Amino acid sequence: MAKKSYRQAIAEALRQEMERDARVIVMGEDVAGGMGAPGEDDAWGGPLGVTKGLMPIFGRDRVLDTPITESAFIGAAAGAAATGLRPVAELMFVDFFGVCFDQIFNQAAKFRYMFGGKAVTPLVVRTMYGAGFRAASQHSQCLYPVFTHIPGLKVVLPSSPYEAKGLLIQAIRDDDPVIFFEHKAMYDEEEEVPDEPYAIPFGEANLTREGDDVTIVAFGRMVGFANQVADKLAKDGISCTVVDPRTTSPLDSDTILECVEETGRLVVVDEAHPRCSMASDIAGLAAQHVFGALKAPIQMVTAPHAPVPFSPSLEDLYIPSPDKIEAAVRKTMAS
Amino acid sequence: MQLSREELLKAYRQMCLIRAFEDTVHEEFSAGNIPGFVHLYAGEEASGVGVCLHLTDKDCIASTHRGHGHCIAKGCDVGGMMKEIFGRADGLCGGKGGSMHIADLSKGMMGANGIVGGGPPLICGAALTAKTLKTGGVAIAFVGDGGSNQGTTAESLNLAKVWNLPAVFVFEDNGYAESTASSWSVAGDLVERGKAYGMPARRVDGFDFFEVWDAAREAIERARNGDGPSVLHVKLSRYYGHFEGDAMTYRAPGEIDAVKAQKDCIALFKRRVTEAGLLEPDQLAAIEDETAREVADALVDAKAAPPPGEAKLLTDVYVAY
Repeated sequence: MAKKSYRQAIAEALRQEMERDARVIVMGEDVAGGMGAPGEDDAWGGPLGVTKGLMPIFGRDRVLDTPITESAFIGAAAGAAATGLRPVAELMFVDFFGVCFDQIFNQAAKFRYMFGGKAVTPLVVRTMYGAGFRAASQHSQCLYPVFTHIPGLKVVLPSSPYEAKGLLIQAIRDDDPVIFFEHKAMYDEEEEVPDEPYAIPFGEANLTREGDDVTIVAFGRMVGFANQVADKLAKDGISCTVVDPRTTSPLDSDTILECVEETGRLVVVDEAHPRCSMASDIAGLAAQHVFGALKAPIQMVTAPHAPVPFSPSLEDLYIPSPDKIEAAVRKTMAS
Repeated sequence: MQLSREELLKAYRQMCLIRAFEDTVHEEFSAGNIPGFVHLYAGEEASGVGVCLHLTDKDCIASTHRGHGHCIAKGCDVGGMMKEIFGRADGLCGGKGGSMHIADLSKGMMGANGIVGGGPPLICGAALTAKTLKTGGVAIAFVGDGGSNQGTTAESLNLAKVWNLPAVFVFEDNGYAESTASSWSVAGDLVERGKAYGMPARRVDGFDFFEVWDAAREAIERARNGDGPSVLHVKLSRYYGHFEGDAMTYRAPGEIDAVKAQKDCIALFKRRVTEAGLLEPDQLAAIEDETAREVADALVDAKAAPPPGEAKLLTDVYVAY
């Protein structure tokens, strides 16, 4: 056991699964880098260095650089998965899903159903999401609600290095198509991560804090923010449960609803836009199933219904912050 | 390279089976007995059969919305197909796919596809599997003239060449993308497009089974030998509309009748093999009877088969959830 970054945890999961199973391959734009170029091999290891070091171990036959051609290589990953490989494709930024979504949602996600249960498509698409990098409107979005909407896909949002390693190993061993969302602002976050491989099951929420007054359901990077708020408010005598659902599909709605019933108050924190978001989805579930237990209106803390701005002064206002979460918790306590 | 007697018989049998199947589906759809959208392959049989005769179950194909012919040529069960088109519980896909999504992965048939241009990226993946696991398999994308203009197709040609994949892109140009003429919608030339990606490309008379068979042999051998992808531009004609119910007002008066009279791929095959003394007329007649019976039986069975019950609505979404 050693401290490892989110980046290192993901790389370790990939390396250990590639060692375990020769059918696991990695593909994407510059996942090694330098293909055909006169300089260094493995020049990049992905744009943020997550896959660096895999190509020297496993070779170019299992760490495949692609042209910038998301439709072709995401579709190729789906086709390879349906015919016997276990590809992990890197869609560099989730914002690029617009050029390849057909291959994910009309092809990979539907093979099993359309083909009468005879297809197995063990595809993983790793993709970066989230604001905070001053990367502006086309490199900062949180599009996981779009993928969560599609039956046939599983959607994973690891909230820490430990979670990232265990959930990615599960994703690679899983027999269904999985979209694995990595928050780009978390790659350098560190915590203790076991050296040995381990899998965290999908659809089992993790309670990162347990309290009596308010349930905070948060996703991905927002879990860390919610924990900070819970720790701060505990000193003021407000005791919060923080639920990290880990996966939005499948969603552990039972655990979420149990927590809301116990505390009677719900704050949902989602970095995505508010309409048709996980925040609105969880709020809807609570209103439908545990309305009678609610002591106060549900609070949603989300990004606004606007593209992600470039200017740091605006982007900082855009992202749900610990301050906004704290304000929402205090508001629900006041009603 | 010559076709054996058995291969000639198999080719004729498959072409007749496809024709009988499509003519029957046409009649049943017209009578209101088949739900949904149906796109028929009649007239194009020499292409699917001429290509797939070189393949075994370890080889994969991806098809189009006009997929029944490719399914039969790749060995899918005709009874299961008919039941699928009727939406029956024991159809090839349990009645959940229908005409546009018939597939049988155990036969290397990766599906008809409701999305024009959906198949070529998948075929890059199937070819990558064959290459990585060294199965000796090849992967074939059937693409229409309409699909040839999709970005997925252009990207797949590039990726297949860059990765040197054992793939063949078969452009079946029946002259019309829906109602729009390929002479208008396809800029340049599909053979030249293939060559522009650095791969061998050949124009093929799709009415001539033997020419298709020979061009496919060349391209598939090249792929199997590790020498990369190829393009075939197969010119042919469809006898029915884009979809069943299409009045085909965009076609010239007498156009289809002229093709049927002069260039029908099954009639040409029959004339060629009998004139050359390769097969006897009564052998061919027997095949015609036998395939007609097989399709008629499949129709009776499909009509009598039960639809899937409510218990099937939510199964097969995931392997485990």
